[in-house]
Amino acid sequence: MKRSNKNLLLLLVVVVLITSPLIFVKNAEFGGADGQAEGVITEINPNYEPWFSPLLEPASGEIESLLFSLQAAIGAGVIGYFFGLVKGKRESNSKDNSKVKKA
Amino acid sequence: MKKRIYLVMSLLSVFLLAPNYVFGMHIMEGFLPLPWVIFWFVVSAPFVILGVRTISKTFRENSNQKLLFALVTAFVFILSALKMPSVTGSTSHPTGTGLGAILFGPLPMAVSGLVVLVFQALLLAHGGITTLGANVFSMAIAGPFVAYFVYRIFKKTNLKVAVFLAAALGDFFTYVITSIQLSLAHPDAVTGVMGSMVKFLSIFAVTQIPLAIAEGILTVIIYDLIMNYQKEGGYQLEKIK
Repeated sequence: MKRSNKNLLLLLVVVVLITSPLIFVKNAEFGGADGQAEGVITEINPNYEPWFSPLLEPASGEIESLLFSLQAAIGAGVIGYFFGLVKGKRESNSKDNSKVKKA
Repeated sequence: MKKRIYLVMSLLSVFLLAPNYVFGMHIMEGFLPLPWVIFWFVVSAPFVILGVRTISKTFRENSNQKLLFALVTAFVFILSALKMPSVTGSTSHPTGTGLGAILFGPLPMAVSGLVVLVFQALLLAHGGITTLGANVFSMAIAGPFVAYFVYRIFKKTNLKVAVFLAAALGDFFTYVITSIQLSLAHPDAVTGVMGSMVKFLSIFAVTQIPLAIAEGILTVIIYDLIMNYQKEGGYQLEKIK
């Protein structure tokens, strides 16, 4: 199998793995695992008071998703730059080589 | 005095009026008692310092690796921003630190992980400043060390399998450590540390299993691409630890 096909197939496995809970796990809230941990802490230790609160909090769920997507976008941008650069280098190298052969 | 009362009241109202308090998959702000806050800062600090040293040494030896290091840090950025649904009906996110641990060794990832965790703690109220030491230890130190050693053990058997297992187990162990950290700080009144560990593991670790598999596969894909472009990138994977 071609390497790019193999990678696409692997990517498809990831997509199936991540989307299947959305389909098969019924009546789930899909809240954060951390929120559940907080519940356990209050259950184990009802008197525990968080003694420090976040300095800045996203003003709403929308702002939060803005910042999360910003984080992902920064990552994606750098990864895209990297592979664009090396792919461009490879193409220009192969052009140079073909010119040398013709001459 | 009045000011102090006002401050306490306003803090209280924040807790009372905000039931949908935003928390992260890492240990939440204020949820570790002070002694544990100090403990994890003291434990994590040397790894971060050694990490900075290792990075500057690596860059001096081959400046082409700066680009590759930017890539592995970007991978941490992107993966730790993706909150994915899991079989338990809740969500969590992968860590992305396994790739860097495979390519650069575990220490530099302490720095990459710290950058991401500070970003999330300050801007997203995800994790926290008081819990930063503990979260750096689980995500940016323990996870990468597990990934690194798993990779070393299996790389001679099958490279792709080694990369997969390293990233998946590194991801999984991050959340095992988080559970241990929480249960040490919050032992169950009856069953003790072990009792609460079971409870935290059943939340974090079980949720994490499919995500760890996903991270393993994604890491295999990107590792394959990086390997494919070794010549153009000016790095040699075998020479990197």
